[in-house]
Amino acid sequence: MSKFQKKRGKASPEVSTASLPDIIFMLLFFFMVVTVMRNSELKVKVVTPEATELSKLEEKSLVNYLYIGKPMEKYHETYGTTPRLQLGDKFATVADIPIFLEKHKVKVPENKRSRITSSLRVDGEVTMGIVQDVKTQLRKSGQLRVNYSSKKEREK
Amino acid sequence: MGKTSARDRMKNEVNAGSMADIAFLLLIFFLVTTTIAEDKGILVKLPPWSEEEVDPTKLKTRNVFSVLVNADNQLLVRDELTSIDDLRERAKEFIMNPDKLENLSEKPTKAIISLKNDRGTEYKTYLKVYNELLGAYNELWNDEARKYPKGGDTKYTEYSDEIPLDIRKEIKGKIPMVLSEAEPTSYGE
Repeated sequence: MSKFQKKRGKASPEVSTASLPDIIFMLLFFFMVVTVMRNSELKVKVVTPEATELSKLEEKSLVNYLYIGKPMEKYHETYGTTPRLQLGDKFATVADIPIFLEKHKVKVPENKRSRITSSLRVDGEVTMGIVQDVKTQLRKSGQLRVNYSSKKEREK
Repeated sequence: MGKTSARDRMKNEVNAGSMADIAFLLLIFFLVTTTIAEDKGILVKLPPWSEEEVDPTKLKTRNVFSVLVNADNQLLVRDELTSIDDLRERAKEFIMNPDKLENLSEKPTKAIISLKNDRGTEYKTYLKVYNELLGAYNELWNDEARKYPKGGDTKYTEYSDEIPLDIRKEIKGKIPMVLSEAEPTSYGE
């Protein structure tokens, strides 16, 4: 009790920490906004192979992702086990690629469109047949910048 | 009277001191869970699509380094069964032809690498082969870059973005990467 009385006498010398939460929240919101969550849920199993001669993808907004792999276990009943293509968050066929590319393209400013890259995230176990079909379709659609997504090979 | 009411208000206030801790906890959670997924891979420029069949121009066989990958993931380099580990060295030797051999490329600018695979080839193998071929060129570009002075007595240690664009273009002009991919055979699927 006496403590309180003492304090009331003087002007409080403590710095108010009441605004600290606001500052922290601001930081929190900044991180929450800036971090891009993986926008599409993977429906196919993709384990990209390892390679050494890698280059980085620069601007995320200029990249569209094409996934190829076997459907996840829970989709086995409906989609079977043969490798399939996934565009956005649903299964697709090679014929859907041009529309997918176009949908991505309209979101990109015109002066950057020549730098659009397609990232092919392909499972290592997949055979080249479907990959080849996708590549052919990409070439037909004029999407020539392609990135074979792969992990850095660990040093032996 | 005023005194007591002030004390009452102080008692009723929820302690906001721990708010910062809660927010910190959230912040740290987000910091830890978000992996800034670095997307890396092998960048390739596909050739434009053309309906007409590519004219099999008469290339000298000595200038073509043919690599075939079959559905069993075996490698046939210039009609010889080869291990993937030897591919890089063989490709480098073929491109530069240091001993001026009759059966290797006349000069680096004329060297063409032809890659062909089956539809049944595993993607993993295909990418590994592609990686080795690209690696061969990368090593050659590095070697070439070391010949250029960086300024002063130092020289470039590797081929990178550090090198001015005109020198990079010169290097790529000396050793251009020509990799043609044939339509795969439908074997193995």
